[in-house]
Amino acid sequence: MIFFFQMLINGIVVGSIYGLVALGFVLIYRASGALNLANGEFVIFGPYICLMLMTALQVPFLVALLITLIFSAILGLAVERIVVRPLQNAPVISVIMATIGLSSLLAGAVHMIWGHSTKTFPPVFPQTPLNIGGIIVTPVYLWSFIVVLVLLIIFSIFFKYSKIGLAIRAVADDQQAASSMGMSVKFVYAATWTIAAIVAAIGGVLIGNINGVNPTMASIGLTVLPVVILGGLDSVIGAIIGGFAIGILQNMAGGYLDPLVGGGLKDVVPFIIVLLILMLRPHGLFGSRGIERV
Amino acid sequence: MLRINNLEVVYQKIIIALRGISLDVPEGKIVALLGSNGAGKSTTLKAVSGLLAGDGGQIIDGSIEFQGEVIDGITPDALVRKGIFLSMEGRRIFKGLTVEENLTAGAYTRKDRLNIKGDIEKIYEYFPKLKVLNNRKAGFLSGGEQQMLAIGRGLMAKPKLLLLDEPSLGIAPLLVKEIFQNIKKIKQEEGMSILVVEQNANVALSIADYGYIMENGRVVMHGESAEILANKDISEHYLGIGNENSGKEKAFRRRQRVVW
Repeated sequence: MIFFFQMLINGIVVGSIYGLVALGFVLIYRASGALNLANGEFVIFGPYICLMLMTALQVPFLVALLITLIFSAILGLAVERIVVRPLQNAPVISVIMATIGLSSLLAGAVHMIWGHSTKTFPPVFPQTPLNIGGIIVTPVYLWSFIVVLVLLIIFSIFFKYSKIGLAIRAVADDQQAASSMGMSVKFVYAATWTIAAIVAAIGGVLIGNINGVNPTMASIGLTVLPVVILGGLDSVIGAIIGGFAIGILQNMAGGYLDPLVGGGLKDVVPFIIVLLILMLRPHGLFGSRGIERV
Repeated sequence: MLRINNLEVVYQKIIIALRGISLDVPEGKIVALLGSNGAGKSTTLKAVSGLLAGDGGQIIDGSIEFQGEVIDGITPDALVRKGIFLSMEGRRIFKGLTVEENLTAGAYTRKDRLNIKGDIEKIYEYFPKLKVLNNRKAGFLSGGEQQMLAIGRGLMAKPKLLLLDEPSLGIAPLLVKEIFQNIKKIKQEEGMSILVVEQNANVALSIADYGYIMENGRVVMHGESAEILANKDISEHYLGIGNENSGKEKAFRRRQRVVW
């Protein structure tokens, strides 16, 4: 039973990070209808920069994190400006193809700059594990969970009540009508790409603290895809719940099924579950079917 | 207040939508722009509000002046700030946002954020139905309610010139009357100028001061509303207004027109 709870907690923590990264994915999809397939590369840039600042320049963690976020914001803005904006009037599929190219480019850059080996963060959080009723929780896990939770709350308030949040939702709903309100579609695009890059970097730094940093971390971009499809591509709440679901499923599969078949199922199970759910609910668990008046 | 001079617009560099139209909207007046499908009415409104580019349209000749300033080539958001607001055809409310959020979205460019709450209440006075539904997602409203919301959203921007594109589209006749009476009341109380595009000529002319009739991208006739309504020829040819008994006469006139 303790093993079960252990897996559950691991799943919840990893899942919350998936949810955070998926949030950026969903934002871009809602605003422009495009899938950002370079999301995984957005995730790895953050921890590498944070790590470099901490080890090479001896910057304290929080300062390094802040610089990392600023850098990520610039990365997001630059991608929007250089890759996405010229394609603004092109079909959405062109934007998606461009993000595939972008992902190769960024992945190559990461390999060139930082190499292939796994690097570990210097201890940022306290090392002594907490023992809660026999379940071992390391402080990294606890902190990651808290950070994600706080961020998600901030973002939902931002979307619900701020002026920019309203503009983002309005543009997602009807672009031409939004620009007839005087909202700048360009500004909203830039804002969504920036936010997506920032949340991806935060997710990356958290995962980096848990597992260490290496280029294969970009595969989280692929893992997040079932998360958003499960939750419904255009649903923010769906992304978060989908994140938890995939995280828990992955860890359960890793804990219970992998020993039976000799490993590897951990990465496959989420996709199988997503396939099954999509057969029953093609729009995902929380995706909108679109409000149609009859 | 708004003056369009000899405006020509093409879509995709090949389809001519406007062939040199000119019209005037005087300060504090309601002007109705009438005509059949494809006459260029919506194109005119989109040109004024700077939204042609999204549809691949382009102004190739002529000019648009607003309060004495040439405004073609200005971006849509800058035009909203200058006081021109288009309430687009087909209502185009934000379906996933609540009624109140839709109204707030209309006030997006306003600087006086503190007055917005009060102005929303004012819209609820014009359209009491919206108050009851204020927390409902706008996509679940009926067609008439959505149209009220679309007009209300336009008023939230406090424009000097409100452009309305077919506010009667797909709405029950009784409700159409109510909405148009409201438009008239709003004009009197808020003192804005309104340019309204309509297929339902009767109801539009009943509130308008002045009317323009378009055909094939040109203005074929204009005059005071009463004048247009009184002229039997015009109302039968262009506006489909006429009594049942004049069927024969109508057919004759049509034939005569073809010979021209």
